[in-house]
Amino acid sequence: MRKWIILAVLLGGAPAALADERLPPITNEAVKKECGACHMAFQPQFLPQRSWRKMMDGLSDHFGEDASLPEATRLEIAAYLEANAGDVSGSREGRKFVKSIAADQSPMRITEVPRWVGEHRGEVRESAWSDPRVRSKANCVACHRGADSGWYDDD
Amino acid sequence: MTKTFLAAFAVCVLLSAGLAAADTPRDAILTEFLSQAKSADPGFAGFSATRGETLFRGNHAGGKPDTPSCTTCHGAAPQDKGRTRAGKEIDPIAVSAAPKRFTDPAEVEKWFGRNCNSVLGRECSAVEKGDFITFMMGQ
Repeated sequence: MRKWIILAVLLGGAPAALADERLPPITNEAVKKECGACHMAFQPQFLPQRSWRKMMDGLSDHFGEDASLPEATRLEIAAYLEANAGDVSGSREGRKFVKSIAADQSPMRITEVPRWVGEHRGEVRESAWSDPRVRSKANCVACHRGADSGWYDDD
Repeated sequence: MTKTFLAAFAVCVLLSAGLAAADTPRDAILTEFLSQAKSADPGFAGFSATRGETLFRGNHAGGKPDTPSCTTCHGAAPQDKGRTRAGKEIDPIAVSAAPKRFTDPAEVEKWFGRNCNSVLGRECSAVEKGDFITFMMGQ
């Protein structure tokens, strides 16, 4: 009996520990192609549904650029992002991100989510962001080499 | 004199070879823009790489403030990779360096649609699109 409890704890506990700072890789081809055209396709778990809804309703001015899509593609991408948002997906890290956001806030930038800010504060010096190899806080892969496939555990 | 003549002749041969090969996807896209340009202006004389270069390099008012020029993201050398404001590399836009450029009509429409709006604050005309592609085909 005790053996089974230990086994259950191991099976249940191990994946949660391994999942720390890892997110499920994106599986939708349209998301990978269209979101990934200008920046890394960010895992939808980083933001809540309400943020993605706002994002996908405002593509004609997407952080200062027109990122409009044909309507069918836009709907497909919006559905995937909302279905995998941090407040509905099972991702542990995603839940931490969303939990750090005030309920009346719908952030558009992952880099303004309190959990993101907290994880980078003190670890990354301010001048690193303007390094030509980094250029933007949106450029996760400049430091997290596996970010594209959901791996952020390398810091 | 003879040299000049030969050079001009060679250019003509190359140009007609280019025109004769109107069966590539890029030529089909250009042909479509040409017919749009001609229906807007029956006297339209043809696309110009020079005008395309001016459009590409120019600083434009009227668009979004972060993207005053095509070169903001594509860089000044079309043969080189560009970089988005988010830091991601962009394939070169010169056809010689990226042979797949301007071969998929849906992608061409999507990117002119977005980027003309971002840089110019309006849609591009068929003449502008044709000029731009013509310039990039020579790069």
